[in-house]
Amino acid sequence: MLRFIVRRLFGMVLVLFVVSVIVFLIFNVIPNSPPAQRLAGKNATPTLVKGIEEEWGFDEPLPKQYLTMMKKVFNGELIQYSPRVPVGDRIKEGIPATLSLSIGAGIIWLAFGLLLGYLAAIRAGGWLDRTLTGLAVAGISIPVFLLAPVLIYFLTYKLEIFPNGGYVGLTEDPWEWLQHMILPWFTLAVLSIGFYSRVLRSNMLDVMNEDYVRTARAKGLSERKVMTRHVLRNSLIPITTLFGLDFGATIAGTAIITEVLFNIEGIGLYAAESIGKLELPPIMGITLYGAFFVVFINALVDIAYAYLDPRVRLGSTAR
Amino acid sequence: MSNDGGNRTGALLEVTDLVKHFPVKRGILIDREVDQVRAVDGISFNVQRGETLGLVGESGSGKSTACRTVLQLIKPSSGSIKFEGRELAGLGRRAMRPLRREMQMIFQDPYASLNPRKRIGQIVGDPLKLQGVAKGSDLQRQVQELLERVGLASEHYDRFPHEFSGGQRQRIGIARALALKPKLVICDEPVSALDVSIQAQIVNLLDDLQDELGLAYLFVAHDIGVVRHISDRIAVMHDGKIVEQGTADQVCEKPQDDYTKKLLAAVPIPDPRESRERRETKV
Amino acid sequence: MSSAPLLSVRDLRVGFATEGGLLQAVDGVSFDVRPGEVLAIVGESGSGKSVTAQTIIGLTRSKNSQIEGSVKLDGEELIEADDATMRRLRGEKIGMVFQDPMSSFNPVYRLGAQIVEAIRAHQEDVGKKQARQRVVELFESVGIPDAARRVDSYPHEFSGGMRQRAMIAMALALEPEVLIADEPTTALDVTIQAQILSLLENLNRERGLATILITHDLGVVAEVADRVLVMYAGRVVEEGTLDEIFYDPQHPYTWGLMGSLTRLDRPRPHRLPQIAGSPPSLLDLPQGCPFRPRCPHEFSKCPDYPGLEARLPEAPGHRDRCWLTPEQKRQKRQVEGQIGLEAPGEVSRG
Repeated sequence: MLRFIVRRLFGMVLVLFVVSVIVFLIFNVIPNSPPAQRLAGKNATPTLVKGIEEEWGFDEPLPKQYLTMMKKVFNGELIQYSPRVPVGDRIKEGIPATLSLSIGAGIIWLAFGLLLGYLAAIRAGGWLDRTLTGLAVAGISIPVFLLAPVLIYFLTYKLEIFPNGGYVGLTEDPWEWLQHMILPWFTLAVLSIGFYSRVLRSNMLDVMNEDYVRTARAKGLSERKVMTRHVLRNSLIPITTLFGLDFGATIAGTAIITEVLFNIEGIGLYAAESIGKLELPPIMGITLYGAFFVVFINALVDIAYAYLDPRVRLGSTAR
Repeated sequence: MSNDGGNRTGALLEVTDLVKHFPVKRGILIDREVDQVRAVDGISFNVQRGETLGLVGESGSGKSTACRTVLQLIKPSSGSIKFEGRELAGLGRRAMRPLRREMQMIFQDPYASLNPRKRIGQIVGDPLKLQGVAKGSDLQRQVQELLERVGLASEHYDRFPHEFSGGQRQRIGIARALALKPKLVICDEPVSALDVSIQAQIVNLLDDLQDELGLAYLFVAHDIGVVRHISDRIAVMHDGKIVEQGTADQVCEKPQDDYTKKLLAAVPIPDPRESRERRETKV
Repeated sequence: MSSAPLLSVRDLRVGFATEGGLLQAVDGVSFDVRPGEVLAIVGESGSGKSVTAQTIIGLTRSKNSQIEGSVKLDGEELIEADDATMRRLRGEKIGMVFQDPMSSFNPVYRLGAQIVEAIRAHQEDVGKKQARQRVVELFESVGIPDAARRVDSYPHEFSGGMRQRAMIAMALALEPEVLIADEPTTALDVTIQAQILSLLENLNRERGLATILITHDLGVVAEVADRVLVMYAGRVVEEGTLDEIFYDPQHPYTWGLMGSLTRLDRPRPHRLPQIAGSPPSLLDLPQGCPFRPRCPHEFSKCPDYPGLEARLPEAPGHRDRCWLTPEQKRQKRQVEGQIGLEAPGEVSRG
């Protein structure tokens, strides 16, 4: 197990290195306009461009440029140019909102997805199963950019139950925070609830036919114990990986659309603004930050998987 | 007859010192080969034209790996495999292709070895198509003849595998193996997954086909009773090595090696009195 | 061996609702098993032997299954018993061993833990440490070496034979009176099979268990059984003591099974006597005797299915379902000097 963890963390460092090189290449090397110009953004003055050129050392050999870039990133010197703000700071400011959104939505979609999936599986073929399937498919099919405006229109504008977007920090005012988060959580979670419930249902139905479930019953275990300790336990293993990927991606800022629609000042919103203004430094920073989180959480997920499934640990000599 | 250069014994298949090792890797960060699983650890045998060599061994003996290595489905670690005098080890895929017509294989699991999405006419005809031997109505005619020869009705041409029983599926697998008129057929546990009453049918079918077509068989199984029935000569495998070789009668009636004796002694005798006697003499 | 049966099955019928209609997997099976006795149920796929075994401990109960008849353990009727009673029984009164020990254990839990789970499900007052100690002792009694360490291994770290021993240990952990072993050695090598059979025999004797051994392998039957039930298409076609079945078989299917065996102790026949055709589809059985399509001795009485009766006055416990007279049977079953079904030289049609 220890061997596995060490390897996985080492792999993680390797992947992050490769990602940083790719980001570097994309942003500084590949396109054909001078990099300094692009970094400076749309409204750059020639002096600004010249200054950037020197700062970043674009006349130097590539590996040196890469090192310069990485130094800037780690020292917090990555700066966006209009307004002139360190990217790192803006990212840090956006983290609480994005985390609130991701963690809250993640808990909701996991809890409901698993609950509905479990119910659908144990009553497979019945009306409950079919209803839940229908709901799941609906949830997966409704795009965020449709659901969010509809919810906003009816629940904040017409019925005025919820506030109309924006973000209030948890430490500032918990009640307001909650009210602001409920609709975004729901919007983000609906898709995944549908998806996870289907996956769990499918896994459970497969596992229920396994020989070891028959053995568990033949031992005289209660039906509930058979379902939880054997069926559910084994069915959850693939879901761990899934959740890791999804959750990692959400924290990394893929909740862009949701954040924009609800005007939540998190990383996704920052990314959307920067893309709109064609500002490279923030985009670079957010990409690296996102990559880090995704890779890190995936490493955690792999380790969790090895913990849950002992067969994975032994690797090539399991017999 | 092809050029037999170097083929002293006149054997169809001649295997010498065949070795297949699988590396076992360990390490904290980088996998280093720390040990080897010696699946096949230096075996030598030959199969003559028209004869059946039985290869018997338990799980882990290496017999399945040996089969696949002979057919070059797995690359051998070292050793020589000569078919009609021609060396196979080290041949690339293209060079092997024409030779594949001469050596075919029947697999153990009749439920897994047939593609469930293809009709059996297609399954049996594919080898002919792939090797460019026949096409169109000639292909269909040959396939139907093959189906009849293995005891199925030619009308079954358009059916899918799941419409057949285990024994019938195994017949389909045999028809497929015979399509290219091979000289050697390697049978990897062809009857182990079948009901006892069907096993006898398939064994008899293989016997008949051998007489009709002059096939040579390398018959691999763990059931020494079946192997003894169908084989002319038997090789006993244990832990990657052949521990005993001889005619079927020699090996089964006068075993020399301890493992062979142990194997024979463990086979239950379907005769209560003899079984009781044997147990009493053991105690 | 006491003479009162511990387990009594009477006219058991199990049907499954399928898309093709009602599939009668078990159609009127009756037998008794006494303490210390090994009853072998022999049959091929579709014979209903596994369904019978699983029905005894209630594993086939579902919305799609129809179960009728009587199964009595120590006088207590099991067919109508509620789920709680059945759960209590499983493991405590009846232990079951399944065929494939690899897939029969949950791969994510340690073996010892799975047996501890079984123990504590029935005896809640047993502490974890105590239960674990019991498991170590059990492992030792079934011949697993280095038991104290092995208790913490995962299923995939054991060899096939060891896993099966662990499975037997688990089945016997709560000291049941009945043991049902469903093809316990089919997935094992023959040298390991011999060890497992010997283990089962010893345990049966030591503990006075009533054992039901399900198998298709007549060699295994000859080694361990006291009495034999031959099943075909969901019915019992012949029943008797070990010697009666092997030396005086009365049903053509039994002859076919015996004939198609390879015998190391006899010279090789030119051809293996075989049974023509395939086991029948249970949805499409012929009228009367289900073996008719494959039986070379079929005659005019066969469409009228005979009952399971003793037809030999000197052997009241030897029952079969074939209309041929005992003399006809003795004559027809001799094929090239041995017991078999078909004359060799028959085409091997499928």
